[in-house]
Amino acid sequence: MDKRLGMTSFRLNGTEVEILPRPGERLSEALRDRLGARDVKVGCNAGDCGACTVLVDGAPVCSCLMPAQQAAGKTVETLAGLVAGEPLARELGRRFEGQGAAQCGICTPGMMVSAVALLREVPEPDERQVMDALGGVLCRCTGYRKIIDAVMGHAPGAVVDAQGHTRAAIEKLDGRRKVDGTEQFGDDVAPADALVIRVVRSPHAHARFTLGDLDGFARAEGLDAVLTARDVPGLNLYGTIPGFIDQPVFAEGVARFRGEAVAAVVGAPDVVARFDPERFPVTWEPLEDAQTIPEAMAPGAPLLHEGRDGNVMCGGFVAHGDVEAALERADVVLEGRFETSFVEHAYIEPEAGFAQVVDGRVEVHACTQAPVMDLDTLETVLGMDRSRIRVVPTATGGGFGSKLDVSVQPYLAIAALKAGRPVRIAYERTESMQSTTKRHPADMTVRIGAGRDGRISGLRFDGLFNTGAYSSWGPTVANRVPVHASGPYRVADYRAEAKGIHTHCPPSGAFRGFGVPQAAVAQESLFDELADTLRIDRLEFRILNALENGVPTVCGQVFEQGVGIKACLEALRPAWEAERAEAARVNAAGGPVRRGVGVAAGWYGCGNTSLPNPSTIKAGVRGDGQLVLHQGAADIGQGANTVIAQIFATALGVPVTALELVGGDTDVTPDAGKTSASRQTFVTGNAARLAGEAMRAEILQRANAGPEAEIVLREAGIEVRDGDRVQVIDLAALEPDAEGYVLRVAETYDPPTKPLDENGQGVPYAQFGYAAHLCVLDVDTRLGTVKPFKFVAAHDVGHAVNPLLIEGQVEGGIAQGLGMALMEEYLPGRTENLHDYLIPTIGDMPPVETLIIEEPDAHGPYGAKGLGEHVLIPTAPAILNAIRDATGVQMQRLPVTPSRLRAALKEAGG
Amino acid sequence: MEYHAPETLGDALDILSRGGVTVVAGGTDFYPSMRPGGPRGDLLDITRVAGLRGIARQAGGWRIGAATRWSEIARADLPRAFDGLKAAARKVGGLQIQNAGTVAGNLVNASPAADGVPPLLTLGAQVEIAGPGGTRRVALEEFITGVRQVALDPGEMVVAVHMPEPPTDAAGAFCKLGSRAYLVISIAMVAVVLGRDEEGRIDHARVAVGACSPVARRLPALEAAMIGARLEELRIDPAHLAPLSPIDDVRGSGAYRLEAVSELIGRALREAAHG
Ligand SMILES: Cc1cc2nc3c(=O)[nH]c(=O)nc-3n(C[C@H](O)[C@H](O)[C@H](O)COP(=O)(O)OP(=O)(O)OC[C@H]3O[C@@H](n4cnc5c(N)ncnc54)[C@H](O)[C@@H]3O)c2cc1C
Ligand code: FES
Ligand code: FES
Repeated sequence: MDKRLGMTSFRLNGTEVEILPRPGERLSEALRDRLGARDVKVGCNAGDCGACTVLVDGAPVCSCLMPAQQAAGKTVETLAGLVAGEPLARELGRRFEGQGAAQCGICTPGMMVSAVALLREVPEPDERQVMDALGGVLCRCTGYRKIIDAVMGHAPGAVVDAQGHTRAAIEKLDGRRKVDGTEQFGDDVAPADALVIRVVRSPHAHARFTLGDLDGFARAEGLDAVLTARDVPGLNLYGTIPGFIDQPVFAEGVARFRGEAVAAVVGAPDVVARFDPERFPVTWEPLEDAQTIPEAMAPGAPLLHEGRDGNVMCGGFVAHGDVEAALERADVVLEGRFETSFVEHAYIEPEAGFAQVVDGRVEVHACTQAPVMDLDTLETVLGMDRSRIRVVPTATGGGFGSKLDVSVQPYLAIAALKAGRPVRIAYERTESMQSTTKRHPADMTVRIGAGRDGRISGLRFDGLFNTGAYSSWGPTVANRVPVHASGPYRVADYRAEAKGIHTHCPPSGAFRGFGVPQAAVAQESLFDELADTLRIDRLEFRILNALENGVPTVCGQVFEQGVGIKACLEALRPAWEAERAEAARVNAAGGPVRRGVGVAAGWYGCGNTSLPNPSTIKAGVRGDGQLVLHQGAADIGQGANTVIAQIFATALGVPVTALELVGGDTDVTPDAGKTSASRQTFVTGNAARLAGEAMRAEILQRANAGPEAEIVLREAGIEVRDGDRVQVIDLAALEPDAEGYVLRVAETYDPPTKPLDENGQGVPYAQFGYAAHLCVLDVDTRLGTVKPFKFVAAHDVGHAVNPLLIEGQVEGGIAQGLGMALMEEYLPGRTENLHDYLIPTIGDMPPVETLIIEEPDAHGPYGAKGLGEHVLIPTAPAILNAIRDATGVQMQRLPVTPSRLRAALKEAGG
Repeated sequence: MEYHAPETLGDALDILSRGGVTVVAGGTDFYPSMRPGGPRGDLLDITRVAGLRGIARQAGGWRIGAATRWSEIARADLPRAFDGLKAAARKVGGLQIQNAGTVAGNLVNASPAADGVPPLLTLGAQVEIAGPGGTRRVALEEFITGVRQVALDPGEMVVAVHMPEPPTDAAGAFCKLGSRAYLVISIAMVAVVLGRDEEGRIDHARVAVGACSPVARRLPALEAAMIGARLEELRIDPAHLAPLSPIDDVRGSGAYRLEAVSELIGRALREAAHG
C-alpha cells in the first residue's frame, strides 16, 4: 500500500486495480461499488452468510469483514473472474446447473468460490470435506444437498431433452447467469451515481416521537433530502388485504414496533456511509408495550388500532358436523397445547432496489414476489395514476412470502421523485429482520377424539396467532388455518377457530404455508399420541383416516378425483417399516443416543382462499419468427421461469428452447398474480397452457392443419407439418403490432372457488396438494441435541412438470421445516441478525429421498398441483414425532433447542 | 481519519501511542460490532507487522504470533496437547472466519464464548504485550478481566501468546456445544489436556470451560481431584464446577449449561484419552 496517497492496489481477477477506499470500507463495498464486481453478493455484512466470499491469495474469506486496504498487494478472485479464467470453475458451474444447485442464486457466488478453493486442493472431496469447506455459506433455498452433489461431481439430476416439455427434468432455463456471476439482484442494478437511502427506525417497541429540525440536519450532514410522513404524496398507508390497509410508510407520531420506519435520509454514498442514526433529530418517549399474546389480550393492554378491541385483528372459523357430540362419543379424547415462535424468512438477499424518474414516470426496480401488487401499493402511496408508474422486478434472492409485501419500494419511489435523481437502497440484515414480516407465533389448543376402531371422532382447534403491529397477510392466516387444521383427513365433526392478535412486534405475514405449518405441528403431534393410546401403528392410523375422493373436507367440499394423501402415506410404508426396525435394533444396544422415526402429513389449498386470483399469460411471435413468452410469475428461485415455459411449450407443441422469456416488467407483461399460495404452477401454469393452446389453434387454423400437426418455428416463417403436407405461414406478410408481434395471444385463468359461509362451508380452493414426510433422527439424551439424518418425502404433485425442480423445492422446504423445528426463534431486540438467529447450515441437512406421487387434478395444467408450501408443512411435526419416538417426550414448544429438550427429558425422568 | 498498515512493531506502537486508534486484525469481530456511520478514529491494521504471524517452537515452549489465523493453527504441526486448540480453531465460525480471524483478536475481543480461550487456558498460555514501556507477559487468566474487558493499557497491543512445553505424553481435546453444525456461538465448550502415567493414572490435568462464566475458567478442584485417579473412576461433583456461573440466554438456560458441562468434560477427557 502506498501510505502517502492512501491508494490501495491489488490484482482483481487477473487485472491490476487501484482504489482509494475510506478508512473502514469493506472489501466487499470496494469490489461492488468502486470496481463493479457485483457478482460479489452481500447478505449480512457480518460474516454470517458467506455470500460475499472471495479468494484472497487463494483462501476463501468474507469480503465484508476485510478492510479494503488489507487487500493491497494481494490477488483477489471473485466468481465472475474464476468462471472466466478457470476451467474448473466453469465445470463446477455446469455441475451446479445439472443438479439444480442454484435456486435463487444469491448464495451461489459464495458457494462456488468456496468450492473452487476446495477443489483446487482436493479434486475429489468426500462429503465431510465439502461440508467443512462450505459450512460458512448459508443457503435458504436448496437445503444444500444438491450443492453437495454438485461439488462432489455426482451424476446430474437434470436430463437433456430436446423438447423440454412437462415431466422433463430439464435444467433451469435461466440457470446459467446464476452460476457465472451475471445474475442481477435488487442491489445489483443501480447506476453508479445513484443517491443512497437509509431508513431511520424506532429503537422501541412502542414509543411516541417528535422530529426535530430536519432541514437543519440535512444541511449539516450534507444530505440531499430527509423524508418523513409529510413527504408521502398519497396515502401514508399500505397493506395487502382490503379493509386491513393499516401500515404507514413512515410512522406518524407513534411507533408500534421496534424497527418501524420513522424517516429516511437520502444522500451521496459517502455521506450516507458516515450517517449515524443516533445523531438524527428525534426524541423518543417510550410507552408501555405488549409483545406477547397474553399481554396484548390482557384487560387494559395498550390498544394498537382503534376499533380492534382486545387487539383482535380478525378471526377465521370453520365448523362441520357436531364436534362436541363427536368428542362425547369418542372412546379416547386427547388434548394438547402447542406453541411456536416468530420465524424469520432469512432469505440471503436483503430487500434492495433502485428507482429513477424517466419522462415523468417513476420506475422502481426491486426484488419482489408480486410486481403488480407493488404497483397497486405505489399507486395509492404516491397518489399517482398507475400509468405513470413502472415496476421492474429484478432477480429475487429468495422470498418465501415476505417479499409479497412492499418494503423498499415506497422509499425508493418517494425519494426518486423528491431528489429527481436515481436512488438506491439495500436493507442492512438487521433492519431487514426488524422490519419485514415474520411467520406468526401460534398458541394452539387441539382436542381430538377417536373410536376404538381408530377412526377420528371430532377435532377441535383453537389458535391465537401473534400478528404483530400491522395486518399484512394476517387475515389470510386467520382464514387459512381453520380450513386446514384438520390435516388431510376425514374429519366429519370439526370446529376450528383462529384469531390474529396485534402486538408491538414486527408484522407477521406470509411465510410458506400461511399458518398451516403451525397448525400441523399441533394436529400431527396429537395424532401420534392418539395412535399410541389406541395401540395402532402411527402410519396406519393416518392411512385409516386419510381423506379420499368423494369424502367431504371440513369445508364440505367434495373432490371426485385428485385426493392423493393416501398414496403419499402408503408410499412411506417401506421406509417406515425398515427404519423402525433399524431404530429398534440400534436402541436395543442402549446408551445415551436414542434413535427415533417420525411421520407426519399435510395438505394445502393452492391459490387464494375463496377469492379470485387470476393470472394472465401473453405470448407473441415476432416477424423474425422468434417466439416470446411474457412470463409475469415472479421466479424467486423456485423455478417459475422454467415451469411456466415448459407448460406453454407443451401446449403449443414447440421445444422449450424456442422461447425467449420476458419477465414481470409491468409495462410489457400482464399480471400473473403473486408468487404465493403455491399458485403459480397451478394458476399461471393454466394461463400458460391456455395461451399455448390458443396460439397453437391460431397457427393450425391459418395453416388449415389438423390437431396433430407439428409446428416448427423458423426465421422464414412458421412451418406446419400435417402428415405429408407442409405449410409455411409467411410472417413477413403479417402486420406487426406496436410490440412487433405478428401473432399474439393472452389468456387468463382464475381457479373456480366459492365463498365460504359463516361456518366456513363452501369451496375454498379448486385444488389441494398433499404431502407426507418421514424423518429419522438421533437424540443425544444427555445434551438434548437432535441430529436428523434422513428424510423421506412423498409429495402428490398431480403431474410432475419438472421433477428436478420438485426435488429442489422439497429439499429446500425440509431445510426450513427443520430450522423451524429445531433452532429458529426470532426475538425482537435479541436475535436480529444471522449470528444469533440460526438457520440450518450445510452440516445440519441430511439427505432427502423424494417420492413423487402423481394423482392428477382435474383443474391443474396436465393435472399439476402446487407444491411450494406443501414441502414444509409435514417437516416440523415429523421431527417432533421422531423425537417423541426416540425419547417418549412430546415437545410442545418450538423450536426444540437442546436446552428445552434436555429440560423436558429431565422432567420426564430421563 | 486514517488507515495505517505499518510493517514494523515500532511503527505500530508509534501510531498506537497517538491515541484514539483502533487495532484491526482479521476484522471478524471489528466489523460486526462497528457502529453505523463507520469508525470514529484511525485504524491500525496489524496484519503486515513483521513477526506477528506464525507458530514457532522456542526455548521452553511455543509462541503463536498475535496475528496468526485460526486456519494456520488448525493446520500446524503441534504436540498432541495442542489438539484441543486445533479442534477449537476448526470450530471458530466457518472456514472464511478461520482464514481471517486471529488468535489475539479472539482474546482481546474477550467474548465469554470465545472458543480460543479454554484451550489456551489448558495450555498455560501467557499473553505477550508490547507498549510504550516495552514488553510484558501476563497469564491469560489475568489478561481477560471481564466481558469484553482485557488488561491492555492505552498504547499497548498483543504481540504473541506463549505456552510452556506440555508434558510429552499429554493429549488435548475440545468439545463445543451449539445448536447447529457450523457458524455457531458456543452454548458451552470444554477444553482439556490430559496426561497419564504407565499405570493409566492421571498425572497431568487441565480442564477449562467457556460460555459458562463472564470469562472462561479453569476448574482447579476438578484438576486436583483427577491427579492420581483413573479416568473410569472419575466423578464430577457440583463443587468441581463452583467457578462457573452460567446465565440464561437465548442459547440455553444456566441450569442446562451446567449439566451439559459435566457431560462435555467426560466426553472431552475420553477423547483426549482415546483419540
Ligand atoms: C460469522 C462469525 C462467526 C464467529 N464464530 C466464532 C466462534 O465460533 N468462536 C469464536 O470464538 N469466535 C467466533 N467469531 C469471532 C471472531 O472470529 C474471533 O474472535 C476472531 O478470533 C477475532 O479475530 P480477528 O483478528 O478477526 O479480530 P478483529 O476483529 O480484527 O479484532 C477484534 C478485537 O481485538 C482487537 N485486536 C485484534 N488484534 C489485536 C492485537 N494484536 N492487540 C490488541 N488488540 C487487538 C481489535 O481492536 C478488536 O477490538 C466469529 C465471528 C464471526 C463474524
Ligand atoms: S455478506 Fe459477508 S458474510 Fe454475509
Ligand atoms: S439458492 Fe441458495 S439462497 Fe437461494
